[in-house]
Amino acid sequence: MLSRTADHLFWMARYMERAENTARMLDINLKERLLPASSDSEARGLRAMLRISELEPAFDARHEAMTRANVLHFLVAEPDNPSSIYSCLHAARENARAVRGTLTTEWWETVNDTWLQFAGPLRGDELSAHPDALFEWVKFRSHLSRGVMLGTALQDDALFFTQLGTFLERADNTARILDVRFVEVDQSDSRSAARQLEDFYYWTSILGSVSALEIYRKVYRDVVTPARVVELLILNQQMPRSLLASLDGVCTNLALLRTDASREVERTAGKLRAELLYADLRQIFSTGVHTFLTQFLARVYELGNQVASTYLMLPVG
Amino acid sequence: MPVHDEMRDERGVRPYYERFQRWLERQGSERMARKRAEADLLFRRVGITFAVNGDLSGTERLIPFDLIPRIIPADEWALLEAGLRQRAQALNLFLHDVYHERNIVRADVIPAQQIYTNAQYRPEMQDIDVPLGVYALVAGIDIVRDGRDGAFYVLEDNLRVPSGVSYMLENRKMMMRLFPDLFVQDRIAPVAHYPDLLLDTLRSVAPAGVDDPNVVVLTPGMYNSAYFEHTFLAQQMGVELVEGKDLFVEDNYVFMRTTQGPRRVDVIYRRVDDDYLDPLAFRADSALGVPGLLTAYRAGRVSLSNAMGTGVADDKSIYPYVPDMIRFYLGEAPILNNVPTWQCRKPDDLAYTLAHLPELVVKEVHGAGGYGMLVGPAATRDEIGAFRARLIARPSNYISQPTLSLSACPTFVDAGIAPRHIDLRPFVLSGRTVRMVAGGLTRVALKEGSLIVNSSQGGGTKDTWVLE
Repeated sequence: MLSRTADHLFWMARYMERAENTARMLDINLKERLLPASSDSEARGLRAMLRISELEPAFDARHEAMTRANVLHFLVAEPDNPSSIYSCLHAARENARAVRGTLTTEWWETVNDTWLQFAGPLRGDELSAHPDALFEWVKFRSHLSRGVMLGTALQDDALFFTQLGTFLERADNTARILDVRFVEVDQSDSRSAARQLEDFYYWTSILGSVSALEIYRKVYRDVVTPARVVELLILNQQMPRSLLASLDGVCTNLALLRTDASREVERTAGKLRAELLYADLRQIFSTGVHTFLTQFLARVYELGNQVASTYLMLPVG
Repeated sequence: MPVHDEMRDERGVRPYYERFQRWLERQGSERMARKRAEADLLFRRVGITFAVNGDLSGTERLIPFDLIPRIIPADEWALLEAGLRQRAQALNLFLHDVYHERNIVRADVIPAQQIYTNAQYRPEMQDIDVPLGVYALVAGIDIVRDGRDGAFYVLEDNLRVPSGVSYMLENRKMMMRLFPDLFVQDRIAPVAHYPDLLLDTLRSVAPAGVDDPNVVVLTPGMYNSAYFEHTFLAQQMGVELVEGKDLFVEDNYVFMRTTQGPRRVDVIYRRVDDDYLDPLAFRADSALGVPGLLTAYRAGRVSLSNAMGTGVADDKSIYPYVPDMIRFYLGEAPILNNVPTWQCRKPDDLAYTLAHLPELVVKEVHGAGGYGMLVGPAATRDEIGAFRARLIARPSNYISQPTLSLSACPTFVDAGIAPRHIDLRPFVLSGRTVRMVAGGLTRVALKEGSLIVNSSQGGGTKDTWVLE
């Protein structure tokens, strides 16, 4: 397969997954609003969300006030924000268009139609009127394109590169969703922040955002505690959006894409996966969850670079 | 005088349109309006759009699709097919001759100057043998029917990178999706096997010694106006769609960069003009091409379709000589008419043209896409005056032709159904033999009275039926 084609497929998948996870993250935030909270903690929550997506400076450059409406608009609808849902769905579609001949017709039409609908008038007004419905819709379209892909695509390198992109992006995004709260805890030692950790409603909404609440109940049959949430989302191999499960997906697809030059990238991915597989939850907490997740994100980033240099880069000259 | 109407003559509906007409009367305008909206939606979702050249914002437009097909009866198609075959053969023989013995010049049929000072003549191709001796593997020959006498005329031979075949195929798919019943009541020649014929033709020109050639489609990229067609054809043939940056040349072989390392490329169906193919040989500023491609091509290590240098045969200054070519190479009388053409480089022809501007169509010799031309009867006095000045300044840059009143076909317009002028672009494939699918792309000028069918200037398309 052409390196350029693989590159487009990889990024198409990453952008679609990112759009889905941004919708998931915003959905928790929206649900939190239904709970009593001080306006101070609301602003902190919004800022944490931007910081975790590394979008704080970009937001401050465009907006005066840290209001919920501004942040929502910035993360959902602003074309200038390359990580907004708008930009992600557009980028997914443009990447798909560049290789539309490689996609099955139904697969391409799903990605194209998602973009056309999102940018069209019907969905445009939904952000202010029914943001929750909009986020549901984004999630649903991501499910749909994954389903169409699995149900129609030939199981060849095109599919493996797409899945590689999905799992790599998911590992990154789940880590960030989890980190939203820990970034606050690690950086302030105030007792109110520490108390938030005990906040039952917060953790159930986190679980809900990654479709893990029912899974939690099934696995633990016990009350929701932060330690178990962390265990479930980082270390549980059966939980489809956990870091370990995402790394499993990365390693499986890398093995299917093996070439003479792919030894190093497989080693990097395999090592990261093994560390999660044999990790000790107590050690993660003693290191600090935020510190652990920060290191993890840096290594996922490095892994992405290695995938690019192994398979995707067009040699210069 | 009434214009030739494809559906009706003075006695009423033509026999080959009768069944369709009865069907149309049964549909009702509401149902047809709904179907038109459905077609728009489907085209958009499938992404059958074209980018407007020079528009960097990447705006994508739909080419308007009309639901009333253009129907060609079997006997008329048989005539057209024979004429197209003959023409494609003669043009390919001419190209081989131009780049080899130059017999047609020696026989004084065409002046040497017309060929060898033409910007489309490629000295790099002189004495290079291309596989099968075939240059224009894909030709899109534009045909019009004169609105007065009803006879067919060839308007131009597109031998460089003719486009539009994807619309021919998608239009048929759309009609079959919207109105399957129509295809039960009439026996309509299928067109869907075109990509198979194309692939077979491309494989037939593989470099010597290559048994299982790797064929690719070379596109300028996703912002090209015909990008949809490039992806479509690559997908339908099951071959890779590549851009210049995906290819490189080493030891005179062409390779593509894949995730598994370099892979040799044998046949390139290129949808990039000659000038952009190789920045080392032609335009150094071209980012679309492949450095070293020309050398590899001349060494016979890779095949190009169409060959380099085909433009010398479809130029408007060569067009007037095509009937002579047919007589010269094939010893046959031309089956299809040429439109009478005055070559303004000749003083007599220029004088005639200047005296009759309001009734003539004047075209630039190297122009395309309906740009840079004068349609006398539709032009204002000022426009004619301005054009006259340009014509006098550079006579050799122009040819003129009588304004054909193109035939018209009933078409959905805002006010209902009304006749609109049409043309036809059949696609002729030349490899070991000449092959084509029945029909072609019918373009329709949607503005009342307009003769310009180009999609860049508000033209639409129709499905084209050849009845069996």
